[in-house]
Amino acid sequence: MKALCWEGPNKLVIEQVPDPGIHNDDDIIVKVTATVTCGSDLHLVGGYIPAMQAGDVIGHEFLGEVVETGPGVRRHQVGDRVVVCSFISCGRCWHCEQQQWSLCDNSNTNSGIAQMMWGYETGAVYGYSHAMGGFRGSHAEYVRVPFADYGAFKVPDSVDDASAVFASDAVPTGWMGADLGGVSPGDVVAVWGAGGVGQMAARAAVLLGAEKVIVIDRIPERLEMASRFCDAETIDYAGTDVQAELRERTGGRGPDVCIEAVGMEAHTPGPQSLYDQAKQQLRLQSDRPAAVREAIYACRKGGSVFVLGVFGGLVDKFPLGAMMNKALTVRGAQQHGQRYIPMLLERIAAGEIDTRHLATHTMPLDDAPRGYQMFKDKDDGCVRALFRPHG
Amino acid sequence: MLAVLAASGSGLAAVAAAAAAAAARVSRAAGTFGDREPRNRWLMVTVNRPPGQFPAASELPEPVTRLHDRAEVMIRPAPAGRGTELGLRLREAPPASSVSLGARLSGTDPRRELRAALRDAKSLIETGEVIVPDEPPTTHPGPLGKPLDLLIRRSGQEGRL
Repeated sequence: MKALCWEGPNKLVIEQVPDPGIHNDDDIIVKVTATVTCGSDLHLVGGYIPAMQAGDVIGHEFLGEVVETGPGVRRHQVGDRVVVCSFISCGRCWHCEQQQWSLCDNSNTNSGIAQMMWGYETGAVYGYSHAMGGFRGSHAEYVRVPFADYGAFKVPDSVDDASAVFASDAVPTGWMGADLGGVSPGDVVAVWGAGGVGQMAARAAVLLGAEKVIVIDRIPERLEMASRFCDAETIDYAGTDVQAELRERTGGRGPDVCIEAVGMEAHTPGPQSLYDQAKQQLRLQSDRPAAVREAIYACRKGGSVFVLGVFGGLVDKFPLGAMMNKALTVRGAQQHGQRYIPMLLERIAAGEIDTRHLATHTMPLDDAPRGYQMFKDKDDGCVRALFRPHG
Repeated sequence: MLAVLAASGSGLAAVAAAAAAAAARVSRAAGTFGDREPRNRWLMVTVNRPPGQFPAASELPEPVTRLHDRAEVMIRPAPAGRGTELGLRLREAPPASSVSLGARLSGTDPRRELRAALRDAKSLIETGEVIVPDEPPTTHPGPLGKPLDLLIRRSGQEGRL
């Protein structure tokens, strides 16, 4: 079958690879009908995520049709249209039962790598390096879905593919940031990053009752989307002092909840960016945390910062003093999608969450390398590139 | 080897940095603590089953019972409803050389089989099966990818367990 493979930093190639098969009783095979780029893929494509091997199939946000089921599968049958959570989770370990699905004890077949990097392993993710289990990604004609009864969800007939596919990752990630960040009615919430995840975090904050949501970015069309589809105010950080603007808009208090949705390749004007990029290129730090730093400084005393952006390793100049002395709660997580996806599909069906606009560019899988280039460079207003492996 | 890893990209460098940190921990444990650091610790997992529903030692999954002659088994409740703690320890303390980083990378650490058995037993008790990676692989690592390939092949039976 055809698949998009990583062949080295910034080198993506369409290749013929073996078809997936059923290897565990709880597996299904999904014929992929829609699979999208994600901002976190750019860290992987650029070579910033450890444990990638030449030939790895990438992609983790997808939807499709069930074409084969293992003997242990109870909740799906051939022909079902399903959206699949990007994280693979067993549903029966302590962490899954605690609704911490991305921390599954039983899905990562390469647990030693993550243990070495982070102390304990996390769950597996489709197409996101061997540190996260080494499972093939979704930018392919077919994908094997382990623990399918827990990870695949039937899509309501009224929700089309271009809307539902984002329920695989962007929507539950954003919702989780607002939910576990503690957004409460009346809060002022600031979101760094107006990509797919940032927009969904902003929309979630609105639906959870925030009085005001402010999205921060520098790309005009993304800020316009945040305003139009998420009911958010916006700040263009290229043209203003973000800290001063937030103080002004919050009566001098600072936002109650700050959600960072940028990740390890944060861009920021000024000397901070040069410092972080230099250290990253010299391999003296693995991640660029500019947006996280900014969120910590901006957050009101006693407030909450949630880190949604993907980070892999170590950073320099982390404002630990600000965090501690301002009594902040700083939290992060990979998405616990299984916790939220059924509810989110209902909200998408009810028109409460718009996602269709995120798929700005649709193309065949054969054009995926070009799609990633457009996505990376934000060419032609690209927010997400959606691939159709079967047309 | 670590220098080669560091030269081949920041992602690989992150793995190399973590490997160096892990190596430092292993050598520090063996050298600095000397005789105070037990070479034969209990290796532990916590299984999401209440003690009343946990299998007896003789009824544990085969990856554990297969080690009966070489390893002791410990079963005890985890606190606050977190399940049951399951441990394995070699009946004979391994020589110091066999618990070095080199032994772990070469796959000769005798506790490797215990780690794998505990992980597999936990997964079998909780889910009924042990998830396996996608096969056949689509990858084709080049010369610089060989050290990473070794790390991946070892990682399922190694780690901090």
